[in-house]
Amino acid sequence: MKLANIPVLFGGLAILAVSVIVLLKFERPPIDGIQRGYRGTGMVELYNPRTVARLAEANQVPTSLPSFGNVGPKAGTTYKNVKVLGDVSVGEFTRLMATVTNWVSPVQGCAYCHDTNNMASDAVYTKVVSRRMFEMVRHINKDWTTHVAASAPTGVTCYTCHRGQPVPANIWFNDPGPVQAGGYTQVSAGKNHPALTAGITALPFDPFTPFLEQENDIRVIGGTALPTGNRRSIKQTDWTYALMMNFSQSLGVNCTFCHETRSFTDWAQSTPQRVTAWYGIRMVRDLNNNYLDPLKAVFPAARLGSEGDSPKVNCATCHNGVYKPLFGATMAKDFPELTAP
Amino acid sequence: MAEYQNIFTRVQVRGPAHIGVSLPRGSWTRTGTPLFSYLLGLIGDAQIGPIYLGLSGIASLLCGFIAFEIIGLNMMASVNWSPMEFLRQLPWLALEPPPPAYGLHIPPLAEGGWWLMAGFFLTASLLLWWARMYRRATALGLGTHTAWAFASAIWLYLVLGFIRPVMMGSWAEAVPFGIFPHLDWTAAFSIRYGNLYYNPFHMLSIVFLYGSAVLFAMHGATILAVSRFGGEREVEQITDRGTAAERAAIFWRWTMGFNATFESWHRWGWWFAVLCPLTGGIGMLLTGTVVDNWFLWGVKHGLAPSYPEVFPHLVDPSLGAGK
Repeated sequence: MKLANIPVLFGGLAILAVSVIVLLKFERPPIDGIQRGYRGTGMVELYNPRTVARLAEANQVPTSLPSFGNVGPKAGTTYKNVKVLGDVSVGEFTRLMATVTNWVSPVQGCAYCHDTNNMASDAVYTKVVSRRMFEMVRHINKDWTTHVAASAPTGVTCYTCHRGQPVPANIWFNDPGPVQAGGYTQVSAGKNHPALTAGITALPFDPFTPFLEQENDIRVIGGTALPTGNRRSIKQTDWTYALMMNFSQSLGVNCTFCHETRSFTDWAQSTPQRVTAWYGIRMVRDLNNNYLDPLKAVFPAARLGSEGDSPKVNCATCHNGVYKPLFGATMAKDFPELTAP
Repeated sequence: MAEYQNIFTRVQVRGPAHIGVSLPRGSWTRTGTPLFSYLLGLIGDAQIGPIYLGLSGIASLLCGFIAFEIIGLNMMASVNWSPMEFLRQLPWLALEPPPPAYGLHIPPLAEGGWWLMAGFFLTASLLLWWARMYRRATALGLGTHTAWAFASAIWLYLVLGFIRPVMMGSWAEAVPFGIFPHLDWTAAFSIRYGNLYYNPFHMLSIVFLYGSAVLFAMHGATILAVSRFGGEREVEQITDRGTAAERAAIFWRWTMGFNATFESWHRWGWWFAVLCPLTGGIGMLLTGTVVDNWFLWGVKHGLAPSYPEVFPHLVDPSLGAGK
């Protein structure tokens, strides 16, 4: 090979490398921009119609079985060991059980939760878990309307998270991160590894434990122009930043869905969705602490995380990449027994 | 036409290797027998060597090597010494500064002590390299412009990693040593301090950064364009203007009504480059120390406009009786 050809070879390799990165990492147009804020402020949501079409396909709502009304004898008197849905009529109870099987364990059937020889038995752990899940869904629909019915009576059902799977696709566990060498070498800072939970940045990879299980303060930005004692650190900001990145990817939205990004902290410039999200954070905290964490005593070891903790929920558990779960379908209205009395 | 738009140097002068002017008393000798490389000649001078290391050069390389090793080995420890994971995760890995709890105290090695040590050796390496640049320029009888331009970059580095953390009373304020982590740090810094884009010194720094790029492009293009008239002899044409200098000047007077001279252009370029990190460092130094929220500072001083409200007026729900 002539020496003069070598630069051409290197140039060709460089172009090839750049092309591979562009093809693998960049999104093919078109990108639709939807203006939400005042003109010129960049308050624009970006959507790729192909992604929207794919999500619309994945978020089809199953048709509900017809309801016969909550009339007739009650499940609590007809069946044994009905602790949550006792005041539901036998007809509606049976309809709900059939529906839930479709929502949660369509392949495994009734036996996923029930001992089919004795349907009243609590011998199968999933029955104990699903009873608590009914209580959780009723609690959400009654007490968290600030989040699940903020602008329309959307509500949640089992299907919002489960989507035909016994274990919802998006759950999380306490994550201590990859094994470190230890000794005199640096300890883990909870960050500086590819964080799939935070847009593949090097930000903290478990922003859930401190904010969606514990109640650490998310706010880091000061409220005055000059310093007046806000000692929150840049490291602390990394955690908030990671949590917000996760919100963004869980809902398939930009920062501007909730924030005017010139001043993230200012409520007067934020969108109403930020209030809904604020309640959502508290809702998820409530669910993780009062419903999911205590279930670790019920789950078999195989269902627990590496730290022996329960599977927990975050935004993606319900939202699955969409700004409103199932694009805001109002499934819950067909199942009034899923709202606590 | 294509000849002038080639990205590679078209002319490679080959003569007897130039060893360099004689050195002052007390200097080390230059080492290495010069050789010629055609490939390097395409992007620079084909002559490689001799090199002058000297005491400051060797000390700088040594300190730099120590810093590099501390950073690299701690990165490797964070993937439990796995070479494959090290390669795969390298852009994400970092040596992290100490947690805020340690303030300006010296933390244990595992909790930021290594970071402090790597910072010390990297700083020593940079300062020694600066001394080397200064002394080599003096030894050759040059002005010390390069050393002072480098000092401007070192200023920004010292502000970020040393001066500002000391003023804030916490090593945790400093930048991690890592590829993506230092970029994440930059974004987190702006978020924490209420949007750095409202910091006037950040604005100036951007002006000088982009300005440098524009000036550099204008200069490179101008000199290449007039090289057919001998325009590459820039320094001679400062005092002895030939047709190249005149044509370049006329071109810019025609296109924008004003032109730099063959001397003043280099002062423009030097100052734009130097002012970029200089103003940036000032902006960083003011952040957290005298200004906590740049957006609110911008509002206070009429910098940030207000827009008509599009959404219903929101109140912080944590202030209400919200659940």
